[in-house]
Amino acid sequence: MKLNKVFWAIVAPLAAIVTSLLFVSGILLLKGNPPYETLKTMIDYGFTPRNIVAELNIASSYYIAGVAAAIGFKMLLFNIGIDGQYRMAVFFAAVVGGAITLPPILHVTLIIIVGAVVGGLWGSIAGYLKVKRGISEVISNIMLNVIAGGLVAFLLQPGRLGEQAEGSNNLNTPILATSGWMPTIKFLDGEIHSFLIVSVFIGIGYWVLLNKSVFGFNLRSTGMSFRAARAGGVNAPRMIFVTMALSGAIAGLTGMGTLLSETHSYSISFPAGYALTGLALALLGRNHPVGIAFAAYFWAFLDRSAGVLDLNGVPREIITIMQGTIVLSIVVAYELIKRINQKQEQRLVGSASNEQIAAPKIESEKN
Amino acid sequence: MASAVEIKGIEKKYPGVVANHNVSLTVQKGHIHAIIGENGAGKSTLMKILYGMVRPDSGSISIDGKEVVLKSPHDSIGLGVGMVHQHFMLADNATVLENVILGSEPVSFGGVIQHTAARDKLIEIAEKYGLDIDPDQNVAELSVGERQRVEISKVLFRGAQILILDEPTAVLVPQEVDELFSNLKDLTAHGLTIIFISHKLDEVLAIADEITVMRTGTTVASVDPKSATKKQLAELMVGRELPKRREVSTQPSTKKVLEIEKASYAAPDGREILHEISLSIHSGEIVGLAGVEGNGQSELIELIMGLVKTSGGSVTILGEDIAEMTSRKIRDSGVGYIPQDRQRDALLMSAPLWENRILGHQSTQPMSNGIWINKGSAQKDSERLVKEFDVRTPSINVMAGALSGGNQQKFIVGRELSGNPHLLIAAQPTRGVDVGAQALIWNYLIEARVAGMAILLISADLDELFNLSDRLAVISGGRIVAILDPESTTSEELGLAMTGEKIA
Repeated sequence: MKLNKVFWAIVAPLAAIVTSLLFVSGILLLKGNPPYETLKTMIDYGFTPRNIVAELNIASSYYIAGVAAAIGFKMLLFNIGIDGQYRMAVFFAAVVGGAITLPPILHVTLIIIVGAVVGGLWGSIAGYLKVKRGISEVISNIMLNVIAGGLVAFLLQPGRLGEQAEGSNNLNTPILATSGWMPTIKFLDGEIHSFLIVSVFIGIGYWVLLNKSVFGFNLRSTGMSFRAARAGGVNAPRMIFVTMALSGAIAGLTGMGTLLSETHSYSISFPAGYALTGLALALLGRNHPVGIAFAAYFWAFLDRSAGVLDLNGVPREIITIMQGTIVLSIVVAYELIKRINQKQEQRLVGSASNEQIAAPKIESEKN
Repeated sequence: MASAVEIKGIEKKYPGVVANHNVSLTVQKGHIHAIIGENGAGKSTLMKILYGMVRPDSGSISIDGKEVVLKSPHDSIGLGVGMVHQHFMLADNATVLENVILGSEPVSFGGVIQHTAARDKLIEIAEKYGLDIDPDQNVAELSVGERQRVEISKVLFRGAQILILDEPTAVLVPQEVDELFSNLKDLTAHGLTIIFISHKLDEVLAIADEITVMRTGTTVASVDPKSATKKQLAELMVGRELPKRREVSTQPSTKKVLEIEKASYAAPDGREILHEISLSIHSGEIVGLAGVEGNGQSELIELIMGLVKTSGGSVTILGEDIAEMTSRKIRDSGVGYIPQDRQRDALLMSAPLWENRILGHQSTQPMSNGIWINKGSAQKDSERLVKEFDVRTPSINVMAGALSGGNQQKFIVGRELSGNPHLLIAAQPTRGVDVGAQALIWNYLIEARVAGMAILLISADLDELFNLSDRLAVISGGRIVAILDPESTTSEELGLAMTGEKIA
């Protein structure tokens, strides 16, 4: 039973990847590019030491976004607001961190906490609207993303909370004092953000919270059946609110590695699009912390190795198509597995009860 | 004379499960033929086959002496077979006539519905078979019994000669059942044939001309109702002797466990659903709450469970007013709750059984330790429930949704009795479960009562109410209209009280 599950958990994503590889190969052939060589160049490029480091750093951010999405999924919440939560969080963390100086560890801790709190607060707006006003979190989160983007852009202007380096058109927040920097770790040809370690702990924490704690039980119950959880004494609306806030708080940590170990300030060049990536990774990793980790690295690998395609005259959008088809096929694959497992289980249950019913026989009377 | 329906050697397998095996059945024309069996005995599959919704793997079906192949309900209707489902499929805001013709509207050239012709035909049918319906009334205004008549006329309107009725009495009060039965007699007097699916033995014995018993997917006996007894039928259905119900002679104590005093409840839109309900239950007492569904029972349960708040009056459990208590706290103070809709309110269908054991008990020992879930003890106790409560499952790791209804219910009853609560709210504890499981569940409730539990039993099954209750409270229109002694009350009197009439 257990082995069976592990087997499918590995086979399904592999099948999805193979499907999308075939699909992408077809497109490459149509375009006149040789599929095998193209993929080989990509893989070679993606696994150069320099790129592996870059991929690990990107994956670390992706991973956090994936966990944020996963905790939402457990509550049947589609947290597409990760983008806004992340942006608000990293911006205000950078502002607060840049405005003060504290002893090293305290300073970093404060910045991280500000990020989580701001992300959580921003996320809880959608939670409040859903619970109290019945507004779909998808709609409100999309709106909140736009508002967050506008708000941050507004505040980042010189003279408000941002500044502009001379001779540059890049806007950024004041550079953090070195006490607010997180060290990097030398690895292969590059430097890994030490925040990667924090992401690992986020993954572990997520798993323990969800599977071992009463809070996690209440969360999962409410996600599985609002009514059953309510009848079981769970304050289900509050759980929805809290989960949305928690998902936002985790999303708020998405950009911390970049901020603390790389840029040391928030700038307009911070990447966007973490929401869709996070949701895709949670799907691909089946909301499991280990699964999401593999998915995050794989995604980062694809993103990074796409860089070589342009050089070879292959449009890099191929990678986007590949990512899209993977998500699509994985959803289909998981649904199929779910049905197969259900059938299997019903068969087991069926034979278990038939045996017991059939055992004592009495003569049937025909009148 | 050819028989109306003749079924021979029907086989139907679903992956891994044999739903029908060697099913044979002959229904005489003009008969009321009852098919009885436990849940999962294959009644519904057989009826779906006869109605063309499911195709059998092998076997033959003859209607009026001719062998037929039914590919869809359309074919069956064409051959004069109609089905009245247990759950009505009527549009509330349309008239009776509109509902009846929906889907088979008589149209003239150009697609105009011929209302007058349809109306005349419906009135003719209603008069011929003595069905009391008004074509122009809105369905929303109709009682459950009237709605059922609309469903029946719908089928007759399509020219059905053979009617399949799927548990038609499940939703009716006793008076309505009598009415339905007299309608059915009228129909057979006009040469129509009725196949009547049920698991209520009294009714089957009262109305059927012939009874076929099904068990584990096959027809096991054909019984003449004139010579059969209820006990014989039940044992044929279950395939073994029923567990004997324990006779008890203990008296309820004088210790009040639940005390409801003039409690009212108003819905969010201001309508008063419960009006000054007063009711108390003592330790070692089962109080049965009788009433037609939708008269405030659900709200009363939610009130006691702290899921909604009173708009007046008070609810006290063991001397403590629950007004300020959360649902969690009420449960933790020793209240068990068997919700009436087990699949939606009592189970996490996609979670394994052992996790379902935790639900409702997640904040107290032994299911949890502080903030942590205690998986080990949840699994151990689930094993105990499976054994003690005869839950038929290959393991405690299967999803709750994979179990049959009766086994789900046994598990829930076991779970809610765990930890010996002071008060148990049992809503429809045996709805839709087979007689075997029902007898077991009844015994558990009686045992718990003897051990001193106070039980509020909400049920639509009068047998259950009479069998278990020490007192009967009747709820109607959100008020307690009578408190009756089950020893000295007849089911007719109870039925009258339920419909809000004064008892003479």
